[in-house]
Amino acid sequence: MLEAAVFYTLAVLILGLGILVISARSAVHSVLFLVVNFLLVAILYVTLSAQFVAVIQVLVYAGGIVVLYLFVVMLVSLKRAPEQHADTRRLSVTGAVLAGVVLLEVIGIVAAGSAGGDAPVGGQAAGVPERFSDPLYNTEQVGWVLYTEYLIPFEVASMLLLVAMIGAIVLAKKNL
Amino acid sequence: MLEITPLHYTALSAALFVIGVIGVLVRRNIIIIFMSIELILNAVNINLVALSNQLQNLVGQVFVVFVIAVAAAEAAVGLGIIIAFYRNKETVNIDEMSLMRW
Repeated sequence: MLEAAVFYTLAVLILGLGILVISARSAVHSVLFLVVNFLLVAILYVTLSAQFVAVIQVLVYAGGIVVLYLFVVMLVSLKRAPEQHADTRRLSVTGAVLAGVVLLEVIGIVAAGSAGGDAPVGGQAAGVPERFSDPLYNTEQVGWVLYTEYLIPFEVASMLLLVAMIGAIVLAKKNL
Repeated sequence: MLEITPLHYTALSAALFVIGVIGVLVRRNIIIIFMSIELILNAVNINLVALSNQLQNLVGQVFVVFVIAVAAAEAAVGLGIIIAFYRNKETVNIDEMSLMRW
């Protein structure tokens, strides 16, 4: 009962804030709605007993990425709103028809897939101690999987971040 | 209705994903389009965490960490491109970003 109330409250707030993000006139308002959206998603992760991911969500998304967005919104001071410019070459009707066709196709695929029954479910990753259900050990467990089975993808991700950092500096610097 | 199943989380994730896609398609401000992409990635993460909880399998949460890393990289490079473009053309409207259009 309590679980359902929490879930529905969070779901309504997350979806409402998502709609506000894409419909707000000012980009600054969009960024602020986005922060609240990310924090609510972090609460949703806590209810799913994924505390480590929730902390990462708050630190990286709400703390890091959104500040980056806010910086860019402030740097790009607009003399005229971007929505006022109309593109005469846009094919709105063709796009809408294509989107409808794709939607029908997706519905067909989902309907055909759900008729086939449940797919087999993979087991727990090898070598992980059986303490998943205890939320106290969530971070330890994620670290265990990350640093044993997924060590090489982890290193690749760090290389990706390094390359992205250098690329962002090269792109944003005026005279290198 | 009162029992929360993984289907509920999947439905929430799908709805958030659709909101993000609509934002990408409808808005003309490229910064808001980037924010819509972040919404889409968040929808994927909700799906991964909910199914990780359901299957009692931590790989989903590990994958969320990778998704967040890629999202951070994407935001940094993308916003760098926006800054570089704005310096040259004084606009963030994607309809005016036709420098490389044939």
